[in-house]
Order: sequence, then C-alpha cells, then structure tokens
Amino acid sequence: MMTDTAVSTPDSAGDSLAREAWRRLKQNKAATTSLVLLALITLACVAGPWLTPWALDEVDWNAFLTPPSPENGHYAGTDANGRDLLTRVFHGGRVSLSVALVATFVSLVIGVLYGAVAGFIGGRTDNLMMRFVDIMYSLPFMFLVILLMVVFGRNILLIYAAIGAVEWLDMSRIVRGQVLALKRREFVEAAQALGVRSHKIVTRHLIPNAIGPVIVYVTLTVPKVILLESFLSFLGLGVQEPLTSWGVLISEGKDMMETAPWMLLVPSAFLAVTLLCLNFLGDGLRDALDPKTR
Amino acid sequence: MLRYTLKRLLQAIPTLLIVITLSFFLMHLAPGGPFDGERQLPPEIEANLMANYHLDEPVWKQYLNYMGNLLQGDLGPSFKYKDFSVTELVAQGFPVSLELGIWAVGLALLIGLPLGVIAALRRNSTIDYLVMGTALAGVAIPNFVIAPLLALVFGVFLGWLPVGGWNEGAWPNLVLPVVALSIQQIAYIARMMRASMIEVLGSHFIRTARAKGLAETEVIWRHAMRPAMLPVVSYLGPAIAGIITGSVVIEQIFGIPGIGRYFVQAALNRDYTLVMGTVVFYGALIVLLNLLVDLLYSALDPQIRYDD
Repeated sequence: MMTDTAVSTPDSAGDSLAREAWRRLKQNKAATTSLVLLALITLACVAGPWLTPWALDEVDWNAFLTPPSPENGHYAGTDANGRDLLTRVFHGGRVSLSVALVATFVSLVIGVLYGAVAGFIGGRTDNLMMRFVDIMYSLPFMFLVILLMVVFGRNILLIYAAIGAVEWLDMSRIVRGQVLALKRREFVEAAQALGVRSHKIVTRHLIPNAIGPVIVYVTLTVPKVILLESFLSFLGLGVQEPLTSWGVLISEGKDMMETAPWMLLVPSAFLAVTLLCLNFLGDGLRDALDPKTR
Repeated sequence: MLRYTLKRLLQAIPTLLIVITLSFFLMHLAPGGPFDGERQLPPEIEANLMANYHLDEPVWKQYLNYMGNLLQGDLGPSFKYKDFSVTELVAQGFPVSLELGIWAVGLALLIGLPLGVIAALRRNSTIDYLVMGTALAGVAIPNFVIAPLLALVFGVFLGWLPVGGWNEGAWPNLVLPVVALSIQQIAYIARMMRASMIEVLGSHFIRTARAKGLAETEVIWRHAMRPAMLPVVSYLGPAIAGIITGSVVIEQIFGIPGIGRYFVQAALNRDYTLVMGTVVFYGALIVLLNLLVDLLYSALDPQIRYDD
C-alpha cells in the first residue's frame, strides 16, 4: 500500500514515524490551513506590537471609542480610553499564547512524570496514585482555581502554575495507560535484564515510546489552557492592568457592546479562530499519528 | 446495587472533606478580610466584628468550629449580606441556577443526540460535514464569547430578546442564557453520538438485525440507540459539571441571580462563609450527580454490574 516507505531506506524508526505523520498531516487540508493561520496569528502577536504606531496604553486624544477605520490608523477601532484596539489585541495575544505554552508545559511535565511513574511501578503504588487522580477529578476545580487567584493575587506566573497544575490529570491517565501497555514488552524486559536502572528505563524507553498520544493530547490541552486563562481574565481574576489578555478584552468589550460592538467582536474573533485552529490541528495530528488508521 | 451506592457515598466523604479543607484554608490565607471596605472601620468596631464572627481566633479553631457547624447543616452567616445566612442565600440562588441548568442539559440532549444520529446515518454527506463542522466550532468557542455575541445579535441588533435580567424566569429571559450554556455541550454530545453510532452500526448484532429483514428505523431505534447512547450517558457527569462552572460566567453576563454569581462576588469580597457555602454545596452536588450518572449507566448497560 505504501510504496514510498518500502523504497526509501529507513534511517531510524523514530524519524520515519515523524516523517510519516508529517506527510499524512500535510494531506489534511483543515489541519494545514489551521497550522498556517496559527503561525500567522502567533507572528502577528509577537511582531504586531512593534508594527502598529501605538503603544499598549497610549491614549489617542483625538479618537475615543471610534469604530475601525484605516484613516486614523486604528484598524480595529479604539476603546473608551482612546487606546488602539488592534495593538491591545496583539499584546493580549502575547499573554494568552504565553500562558498556553507555559501552562501546557507545566501540565505536560507533571502529567507525564506522574503517569509514567504510576504505570511503571504498578501494584499498590499505582492504585494509590490513580485513586488520588480520581479524587482530584471529582473536585470542582474551577472553584479552586478561582480561590487560588484570589489568594495569591493576580500574578501571571501564578496563572501559569495554577492552570498547569489543574490540567495534568488527563495527561497522567493517558501516559499511565501507555506505560502499562509498554512495560510488558520485550525491549523493556531486555533493558531490565541488562541491569538498566528503573529511572533510566522510564526516561529512555517508556516515555519516548508513549510520545504519540502525548503529542496529540498536548495540542488538545493548549486550547483548554487558553480557554481557562480567558475564563479567569473574563471574570476579572486573570492578568492585571497594564497587561491584558484576550479574556480581559472580551470582558471589556462585553460591557461596551451596545455602543462599540467592535470592542467585543475583534478579540472574540482572535480567540475563536485560535481555538478553532488548535482543535482542527489536534484532530489532524491524532489522525496522522494514530497507527490504527494507517 | 445498594451496596455499591453506599460504598460510593462513603467514598464521597473524603473527597468532600478535601474540598472543604482546601478551600477553607485557601480562603483564610487570602490577604484582606471581609471587613476592609472603602471606609476604614474604627479599630474597636472592627475588633468587635471580628470577635462576633470568631475571626480573631486561630485558624485551626475556626476550622474546627466551621466543621462542627457544617455537620449540623449550618453554613454560617454571610459577612456581606448581613441579614442573610449562607443557607438562605444558597436556597435563594439555587432554584434559579437549577432551572437554568436543567434547561441547558435538556436542550443539549434534545439537540445533540439527534444531530449526532443524523450525521452518523448520513456519514460523509453534506449534512454530516455541516453538523460536524458546526460542532467543532461549538466545542472550540467558549461560552463567554458566545454569550455576549448572542446578546449582541439577538438583544441589541435585532432586539428580539432581553440582553439580561431574570424576570422570575420568564422564557424570553431564559432563551439566551440557556442557549449560551448548552451550545458547547450540544457540540460535544453530537460528536460523541456520531462516533459511537458509527461504531455500533458496524457491529455484528446490527448486521444480524438487518439480516433478519427488520426495517431500518426499527434497527436504529430498537437496536442501535441504546448501546450508542452509553458514551453520552457517561459524559453526562462532566457535562453537568461543565454547565455548573459555565453558569458562573453566564449568570455574570446575563445578570442572573443564581449561585454562580454569588460565588465570584463572594470570593472577591472575602465573604468567607458564602464562598465556603457555595463550594460545599456545588462539590456535594457534583459528587452526587456523578454517582447518579454511574447508576444510570449500569441500568442502561447490562454488561456492567456493580455488585462487588
């Protein structure tokens, strides 16, 4: 069926898996479009604030609450304080995207380590560790995160940590399942027979082999994390002035929507498109990496 | 069944205990107290107030005190709404949140299930792509974006429905918040139903049913529906939890006097007892509903027995 893989000399197993997945991903139109759009949005948020003539909290005294117009240079209009909305959306995007990256990384590290250890040790420890995860699952987490934000103030580092600390549960379950299946395989037995130490087996043999589902899950975690951050910011518990994020901007826009609908529409569009693309990309990656659909 | 239920109820106790303890200490760690308002109170008055509510005692003592009262079903007085006890506030807000939630879950099932079935039956058709594309958008776009947009379009531009307020639950006031709250769940349920329906339709007993010469509607309604609904039923737990947390935002946006709105305001006001009250109440509710969902699941799936 796959002539090209048969012809090309497989240089290494890991490489060909990645290449194969990439080839399949490129055939998925929705996923590639999403990837391009995401790249554009990221680029705009990173470079945008330097390109627009306005600073984040610079007030244009000639333009309070003006609708979008290319003439005065406010392509997305201004808010009630005369600040350029597009600039603010780009800055907000920086915060939202950085939260996505850092918090996802935090959840990834906790989840992978926890799941791998539980699955590898197995037995009673596994049972206990997973029971703990079950308990965590049944907690009304949103309430605890809200409390955390209230307690420690609205600090962006804390947002990273709090969201990451909440989102690792699914990851740990997935990794544990993978590890449980992997650890009975011959190559792990061989490593054990050779006297490789446990932590080496986990880091060198188990985690790399469980990476496929983890990558897929990461792309699905990123939108969740962005969502959670915007949710908190929307409630007034997220980042603080002068920083802003998409959630903050949407919340501000909601209060002004009757007089200045663009203040709601522009940040909503950015957030919605980003989340949509991330979901498409996640679905595409899952199809590309899933060996069953090959 | 009874044994299983009792066991699960017993297991719920440590979970709730953790929730209560965590939120109690978190809340008391927070800088500021319930009585620092705009105006600085004279120190004697503040001291009196603190003594009145036992806030001058060490935290562990307050904790034991709180737990003692909780066991007797007393959630304590609210610090901000001075004339009300927390129990009264929760009792006031809950019917409102409940009405909103029931409508939202109902709407999610009523629309999500048929959409999923249709998409599965017309697999890879235009309808399928349309339904699944919309569903993905519904999954991706958060309710706090959808809600103001709905209010903008139907409330401001078209003027068909009120942009907010509760008005004793009159239906025009209900429509937008319920729709905003359920869209995400509709999307999830439709996706899940489609996937499981496709899987069930490919299984042997469906082939047998068709081979017997049963009509297609019979095959789907009598044979395929029940097993196909199982994943949706097991999703109901998270769905309900999602609707409960979603209501925090939705109640805020539409100015609905339910529990969710109390919670955020109370957390910001350091209204310790009200925050604790809502956490305890919703924690218990989620645990209970999860149990109910599991029992419903076993009732639908004869392969699952909880008799160990």
